[in-house]
Amino acid sequence: MNNESPASCAPLDVEDLTVAYHEKPVLWDVDCKIAKGTLLAIVGPNGAGKSTFIKACLGLVPTAAGRVNIFGKPYAANRKKVGYVPQRESVDWDFPTHALDVVMMGRYGHLGWFARPGRPERDAAMDALEKVGMAEFAHRQISQLSGGQQQRVFLARALVQDSALYFMDEPFSGVDAATERAIMQLLQELRSQGKTVVVVHHDLQTLNEYFDWCMLLNVRRVAIGPVEEVLTKENLHRAYGGRAAFLRA
Amino acid sequence: MIDFDYTLTTVVLGGALVGLLSGVFGVYAVLRKQSLLGDTISHSALPGIALVFLVLQVKHPLALILGAMVSGWLGTMIISSVSNRTRIKLDTIMAVVLAVFFGLGLALLSLIQKLPTANQAGLTKFLYGNASTMLRQDVYVMAGFSAVALIVVFLLWKEFKLATFDVDFARSLGFPIRALDMILLSLIVVAITIGLQMVGVVLMSAMLVAPAAAARQWTNRMGVMTLISAFFGMLASVSGALLSSTIEKLPTGPSTVCIITLVFVFSILFAPTRGLLWQGLKRRYNHGEIALARILEELYWLAQNHDSLAHYHELRLLQAINHQRIDTYIANLSRQKLVELSGAGGIRLTAAGLERAESAIEETNGSAAKS
Repeated sequence: MNNESPASCAPLDVEDLTVAYHEKPVLWDVDCKIAKGTLLAIVGPNGAGKSTFIKACLGLVPTAAGRVNIFGKPYAANRKKVGYVPQRESVDWDFPTHALDVVMMGRYGHLGWFARPGRPERDAAMDALEKVGMAEFAHRQISQLSGGQQQRVFLARALVQDSALYFMDEPFSGVDAATERAIMQLLQELRSQGKTVVVVHHDLQTLNEYFDWCMLLNVRRVAIGPVEEVLTKENLHRAYGGRAAFLRA
Repeated sequence: MIDFDYTLTTVVLGGALVGLLSGVFGVYAVLRKQSLLGDTISHSALPGIALVFLVLQVKHPLALILGAMVSGWLGTMIISSVSNRTRIKLDTIMAVVLAVFFGLGLALLSLIQKLPTANQAGLTKFLYGNASTMLRQDVYVMAGFSAVALIVVFLLWKEFKLATFDVDFARSLGFPIRALDMILLSLIVVAITIGLQMVGVVLMSAMLVAPAAAARQWTNRMGVMTLISAFFGMLASVSGALLSSTIEKLPTGPSTVCIITLVFVFSILFAPTRGLLWQGLKRRYNHGEIALARILEELYWLAQNHDSLAHYHELRLLQAINHQRIDTYIANLSRQKLVELSGAGGIRLTAAGLERAESAIEETNGSAAKS
């Protein structure tokens, strides 16, 4: 065990993170350190590397340079402290399974090899579905859920991971108003439990209302800090170029 | 046919094993959208079979199957390493590997046939499949491989399922995806190669894909899908093998594939919920329901204009909406006692009809407000 107690380590401490696809940099020298209990939004134009940032933190894409520490340790050594909500479009929703089964997948990491999910996993999954308002759809085939409902199933799956740090890739994209409210409540609940959440977001309008901190990204890190401090005209201009003018009207 | 029972049980047992294994592993090929993979693996196996025979001069089933496996496995490894290291598209690589390996295999086969020593008891059965030449020995070898493959898939059920549904999430949990993929791929190679003698390299891919694709129609659970797929696979390959051993000169591959095709087409058409017939009926029912609701709404607004339910409106007014089959719909509504018709071409809502119309309007408004 590490001598340092986890409480004294930042949930997420990223230094000099650089990712390149076919020699083209997607992320360049990004630093990001956040405190426990922060709701951090990652914003930036298309192709800014927002999703890549999350994937690089989780070791899903190879990094060219840099270090990622989760509660003071590399991710591979601290997986169980991390929950992940991938983009909804990243999977085939016609896969033959139901919502409850997908949520139980969140326990697979804890179960380890060979073990099958049983009663405790089922109960945890039902609780999580309840929390996202999806209990009545537990046995619904996942292709028969609306986009917002599918997103909530993914959130429930992350909840049963019972983690201290969550990465969510565009959870608000293409969801209905009810789901947006449900996700918001969930984020606030997570924060009140002292959990830290990193969210790829693309709606500058709701940034202030939903999040504490924000990282403006455009391959390089443009700015990071409390939302009001980051959302300045200069920063937005640096991140979005001329296109930002109408965004802050 | 001196020992008909012996041949028959051998054929049935062999067919059952081939169907079982290709049914189970076909589920992964289909769910991972790698249906073409089976075709590449089976064609890639041919040079291995020919080489084993050419070099070792043996026809022991274990040797031939191992040769097929190594060669098929080599083909898949070439595919995955080329696609990982270059930007060439997967289907391009698969097409090239398939053609090259199959061509090599055919060349080697013709070489073998020119050998003076060649006992002709044809390796050509590996092209189209021949169940009737199968020996107990073959079945034992197949059973051994099947048992291992099924045990592995049973143990790694949860891991394979997760890696198939959401590979990024599986990786984020720390499951070694590359190793899991490699194991699963090797098991698919096993499933294909043990079927080659019966079904043949040319048609084996159908045995991998068709049972699973048919099974998907009948269920929304992966476990149930696997069981149904195994059942369809066994059904097709046992009956295909029996057919070809009773009808002279009918190769097993084509007869098996014809049967699995029937199962597939039947499933596509008639399976509940996902079947074409069911979906067609559902669409028609939905259209009908919407049309009925529209007519009730229309009558509701007419009634509002007249401040009274008792007033009969002219049928011709509704017919002017010019909806196809309007008369059928009106007849339907009157059968449900939602509208009343007067003898003189008039129509009005009943109390029940009014209620239905109000709830239909509410629903339309509700969903409009939501979006």
